[in-house]
This record gives sequence, C-alpha cells and structure tokens, in this order.
Amino acid sequence: METVDEFRTRARTWLESGGLPRLPEGERWDPLADDDDHASRARELQKMIWDGGFAGICYPTEYGGLGLTVEHQRAFDAETCEIHEMPFIFSTPTHSICGPTLLDCATETQKQRHIPPMLRGEELWVQFMSEPSGGSDMAGALTTATRDGEVFLLNGSKVWSTYAYRADYAICLARTDWSRPKHRGLSMFIVPIHDPRTTIVQIEMIDGNKEFCQEYFDDVEIPLGNVVGEVNDGWTVASRLLFHEKTTVGRVSPYVSVPYRDATDTSMAGFVALARAGGRIDDPDARRKIGQIEMLLTVQAHLTGRIGSGLKTKYFPDQAGAIARLFSGTTYVERANIGLDLAGPDAVVWEGDDDRQNVSMAYLLRQARCIGGGTIEMARNVVSERILGMPREYAADKDVAFGDVKRGR
Amino acid sequence: MELELTDDQRLFHETSRKFLDVNMATTAVRALAANPDGFDRDWWRSGAGLGWTSLLVDESHGGGAISGTGLADLAIVAEELGRHVGPGPLLAVNVVANAVSRLGSAAQQAAVLPGLLDGSQMATWCLRDAGGKWTRHSASTATAPTGPRRPEAQSNEPAAVASARGVGFEINAKKVMVEAAAQADWLLVTAATTAGPTQFLLPSTTPGIKITPSTSVDLVRRYATVRFNGVQVGLDAVLGTVGHAAQNIERQLQVALVLQCAEMTGAAGKVFEFTCEYATDRYSFGRPLASYQALKHRFADMKTWLEASYATTLAAAAAVHAQGPDAPRLASVAKAYVADRTPEIIHDCIQMHGGIGVTWEHDLHLYLRRVTLLRAMYGTPDEHRERIATIVIEREDAVNGNR
Repeated sequence: METVDEFRTRARTWLESGGLPRLPEGERWDPLADDDDHASRARELQKMIWDGGFAGICYPTEYGGLGLTVEHQRAFDAETCEIHEMPFIFSTPTHSICGPTLLDCATETQKQRHIPPMLRGEELWVQFMSEPSGGSDMAGALTTATRDGEVFLLNGSKVWSTYAYRADYAICLARTDWSRPKHRGLSMFIVPIHDPRTTIVQIEMIDGNKEFCQEYFDDVEIPLGNVVGEVNDGWTVASRLLFHEKTTVGRVSPYVSVPYRDATDTSMAGFVALARAGGRIDDPDARRKIGQIEMLLTVQAHLTGRIGSGLKTKYFPDQAGAIARLFSGTTYVERANIGLDLAGPDAVVWEGDDDRQNVSMAYLLRQARCIGGGTIEMARNVVSERILGMPREYAADKDVAFGDVKRGR
Repeated sequence: MELELTDDQRLFHETSRKFLDVNMATTAVRALAANPDGFDRDWWRSGAGLGWTSLLVDESHGGGAISGTGLADLAIVAEELGRHVGPGPLLAVNVVANAVSRLGSAAQQAAVLPGLLDGSQMATWCLRDAGGKWTRHSASTATAPTGPRRPEAQSNEPAAVASARGVGFEINAKKVMVEAAAQADWLLVTAATTAGPTQFLLPSTTPGIKITPSTSVDLVRRYATVRFNGVQVGLDAVLGTVGHAAQNIERQLQVALVLQCAEMTGAAGKVFEFTCEYATDRYSFGRPLASYQALKHRFADMKTWLEASYATTLAAAAAVHAQGPDAPRLASVAKAYVADRTPEIIHDCIQMHGGIGVTWEHDLHLYLRRVTLLRAMYGTPDEHRERIATIVIEREDAVNGNR
C-alpha cells in the first residue's frame, strides 16, 4: 500500500500543479452558500479530484476508490481543507453516509451502478429518512411503499433532507408491511429525486437559510431492483446508515474530508478579536472563556481521534460514535454562549455590516447542533444502553403490528 | 486508558495492578491515614522495584522506559495508583529524578539517582512560594531567545531568592504545599537569582532548612511548608545552569500535570465503574436505578467526560514527551479539562449512591479527596484556562500581525 508520506507527496505535487483551485487569500469556504452555482461548482471540483486520482480515499478499489486508510484521508484534508476550493457538498451525506451504506448493504449491481458516479461528482445523494410525524423515532416511518406489479408505489412525506432539490438520488426508508411490528415492516429504497409525482418544498430556517427540504410523494414508481437489502429488512440497512451518520456528525467518518472547524463557526482568532473589540482582552474572566473554548475544541479533537481509532480496532462498539456526537453538541452550546458573552451588546444591535452579527446567529441556531444528525438525548440513550449496557427504555410499540400502534391522542 | 498497549506495557501494567490489588486495598489506604508518612517505606521500595521511579531516568543512569515513551509508561502507573487511591510520592520523586537525569552533574546523578531508583530515598520539588502562584504567564515567554530579561514577564519566575555568597549562594525562601517534604532526602528548590531563575538540589538535612508538616484534604498524601533561612550552598548544588532554569521549570510542571491527569482519570474511572454496577444492582420502585432515563443520561454524560479525559491526557503525555512547541498548551488543556470534569464525575457518582455516598464508611470520599487535592495542586482549571488564553492570544496575534 502507498505509505501516507508517499501519498501526501503525491497530493502536494498534484495540488501544486493546479489540481484544485486555491481559495482566494483570506477567503473561507462557506458550506451554507445557498446558490445553485455553488452546487454545480461542487460537481466540477469532485470531478477534478476523481481525475487527479484522489476520490474515495477509503472506498474499495473495485468501486473506483483508492482502498487506503483514514490516515491517508486526514493527510489529504491537511493539504486541501481551508486552502483549496473543495466539493464539501458531496461529503455529507453522499460520501459519508449514503455511499458507505450501499457498500454495507447493496447488491453488486447497485454498487457498481451508483458508487463510481458518486465519486466522479455525477450523483449527489440525500437521505429520505425523517418524517414530519417522526422526530427521533425513525423506525416509526409512515411513508408507504406498496407493491404494484413490477414496481413499488411510494406515498407519504419526508423531511430534513439537505438540498434535495439539487440532488439526484435519495436513500429512502418506507413501510412495506403494516401488519408486522414496526422495525420488521420497513424497506430501504434507492429513489431518483426528480419525478413528476414528487413535490419538493424548501424549509426556511431561523437565519433565513433554505438548505433543508420536505418532499411529498404521490404514487411515485420505484423499480423492484431499487430495494436495498431484503424487503421488510430495511431497518438493518437503516441501522448501518445511522451508524455512518453518527460517525459523520461526531466527525470521525473515514470517508470524507473534515475541516478542523466548520467554516461558519467563529474561529479562535474571531474570539480573540471579539474580546479585544469589547475592550476585554486583559479581563481575566474573558481570558478564562477564551481558554475554555480552546480547551474544549482541543479536547474534542483528541476525543474524536480516540473514538475513530477505537472504532477501527474494535476497542469501542459501533455505537461509540454517539460519544463524539454528544460531546460535539454540548461543546457547541458552550461555544455559542461564550461567543455571545465576549461580543456583548454589539452582537445584538449593529450598524451596517458587522461580523459580530454572526455571533448572535450562531447563538439563535445553537440547539440545531444538538438536534440535527440525531438529538443529544438519543445519543445519551445510545451511550447508556448500547455502550454501558443499561436497560432499554420501555417501548409501547414493541412486538405489535405497526398498524395497531397508537400514533396520537 | 490506552486503547492499545505494547506487550511489554501490558505486562508492566498487570504487574503494577496486581501489586496494588494485593497491597493497597482501600482498607489499607484507610489504615495508612494514621501513619505520619502516609505510606510504608518497604512498600515504596517494592514499587520502585517494579520500575515506578526508573521510567523518566536515562538508561545510562540505571533507568529506562518500557516503551519509547517513558511518560506514557509512567502514566499507566499513575492511573493505576489513582484507581487504588494509593499513597506515595510518585509525582514528586519522578519529577526530580527526571530533572536530575537530564540536567544533573555526574556527581549529582551519582549521589541522588541510585537511592531514588531503588526506592530507599525520596526527593521532592519545592516550587510554590508562600503567597505565590503555580504558573505565571505563558510558557512561550520562557523561550524568548534574546533581549534584556523582563522580570515581570518571566515564566515561573520564583519569588524565593538565592543571593550570591562567595563561590555559592544563600537561599532564603518559604515554600509551601511541598509534597512529601518531611519524607524526602533531597529537595529541588526553584529560586530567583540576579541572573534569572535557578534550581538547587540539596539534602533536606542542610542546615537552615526547617520543614513543618501541613494537613491535606487527602488521607495519605503528605505536604509540608519548607523554610530556607540563610541556607548556604555551593555552586555544586545548582541543577542545570545559573539563571537559565525557566524552560526546565516549565518542563517539570508539564510532567507533573500529565501525572496528575493520569491519576485523576484513574480515580474517576474506577468510581464510574463501580457506580455503574451499583446502579444496575440497586432496585427502587421495583426496577434497577440504571433503568431510569433521568439517571442513564447522566451516566452517558459521565462516560463522555471520562473518554475525553483519557483522550486529552494521552495527547498531553505524548506532547510533553516529545517536547514540541505545543507541549505547554496541551499540558494545560489536559489539566484544565480533567481537573474540571473528574471531580464532577465523582460528585455525580456520589449522588447516584444516595445517602451512603456521603458517609465516612463508603470509599467514595477517598477518591473525591484525591481529585480535589490534585485539582488545585500545580494550578486550578481556571489558572490553566488563563494560561491557555495567553498562548492562544499570542498565537493568533502572531498570525494576524497584531501588536
């Protein structure tokens, strides 16, 4: 296998020869840039990475990947993230969640059909998992796929899919048998997104962002060959998908480039600047807060490293990604609070265009980091039940035909 | 704590663990509370025989690490000692042994190291001045290469004074919270001279030294105030170079911080484990405590803090061993985090136990005492947060060209 050093050298040479365009000096990549040019640019960039021989670093070679290790991926990250334009739109969920789930559960035909196009930047994927009625109870899906001759007919609604209207395919969990208990009547499907019988609506968030979508299905036809795994065994596939989601949200996925910090987050330089602008740079209380954030972010990096290695060596069970997910949620809360504190009133009333408005926006959207990708309460259930082995919560829908389960007052 | 140990480390860990299991049950720790030394000297010699004092000493002086990273090996012992809330001057002896191994003259090494290595003698570090602080400003000022010395900005600049007297020095100081000072044969003293911070290594029996035992919150860790009243020492007592001790003081501090973190994670890890068992075994309202979601979620938080403590302690041990530019920051990050979280873990575990948890009879308080002690020694979390901030502000200003 190519060593990490050899790989890094090869990546550097490629980047120096213009493999990927550099970000303009001082500019940071904005993952939430809400324009369609950004999405088509990501397709071009992913194609450049494919042509350069760096796509799918941890994907198996038989599906177009490089078959290398997470250390190779991190070496590539260090050379690219925050320096070059990167197709981060492909990272999550296409490369970090949907692709790995197909690797785990799909047929050879399905893998050959979809994974190379994902790595070439031709197929952008989303997840059709959550439902308006469901919240954290993902297995309580009401969206139904009914067998009709050579197709399934999909009816219902999914929500919280990121940029679904720009994507090409979704991995979709739907109920195929209402007479079975809830986990045993589900199936997973590959669903082409653009269909005249699918309506996509964008959801506006607190900060005006419209990345999330809701979809409505009205007799959408899905070919039989698009079932992933066995019919009625979709929860097995969903469990793998949730595992990959946890590792992604906990920042320990080996499959994607992970910038050390989210580009929209206030950087350490930003916190120092806030304290200085507020005249508090020599105030011990402000300095302790700066120290606290630096401490938390550093410990978070150490913890994700530990969980990532431990998952690989089986020191930790698969569910240990929940530990990293819980830490990232609670850390973000402290970080948003401290940012608001350091900025003082300038974060809430400003003239013209002031960077400090980002601090109040981060604060207003604080809980999103404790909800999206699985709530921290679900993570706490997973840590206590699946890692510490404590008794599971009582479930009223266990071993009951899902059609008979109470779904509201 | 370690995800993977080498075969040699695993054997070393097993040996130390079994030795402590046999000799240092909590009943033994309780019995030692009445012992003025807090530990048995034969017991300490046996620990030294297992390698507890050799790991940070160079092979050429009779020491040697188990793996390539002596500090990681020693952290295994510190963690296990924390799991047993065991006594003994592990931190004090190892900090001095390491300093003498790295900086000592041949005569100092010959005089001090054999006794420390075989456990027949003890040594400790006299750092904190009465009314002083553990840490001063950032470590990076300590490495400022040139320019006039700025007394205000010197890192760890000691307030104890050593004045030139003929061909030696006269030390006048009041050092407080010195671990195992009344048990120590050798004292490493950090003091200021007109040339800058300087360290001296001297026998604790040197005329002019007065040692007064203090009382500590821990049942078996002993501390004392050490007064140096006109203590006359020759140049041969200087450890390292006159006036250039700042970097060495910083490194000794980092080693101490890593060992503290390992010991605190050991104590909290042990408490967490037996509290999980307790919550599974104890029933109320017809079901185990561990079945209540309100409690399960707190266990999940504790597990997360514990894994994060392990992770940051190991990262600090590696950084301090390597002595790269990141060592001061990572040592302080580990101390600030571990000393903040581990007492909270133990308090939460006491809450899980209910009334029995706040009795003298239950062992929980032994562990709480230990982490409460270590939390404050060599800097509280807040002191380390401030030290981290200084490093961060200097780093960001350097990048952005401010000031």
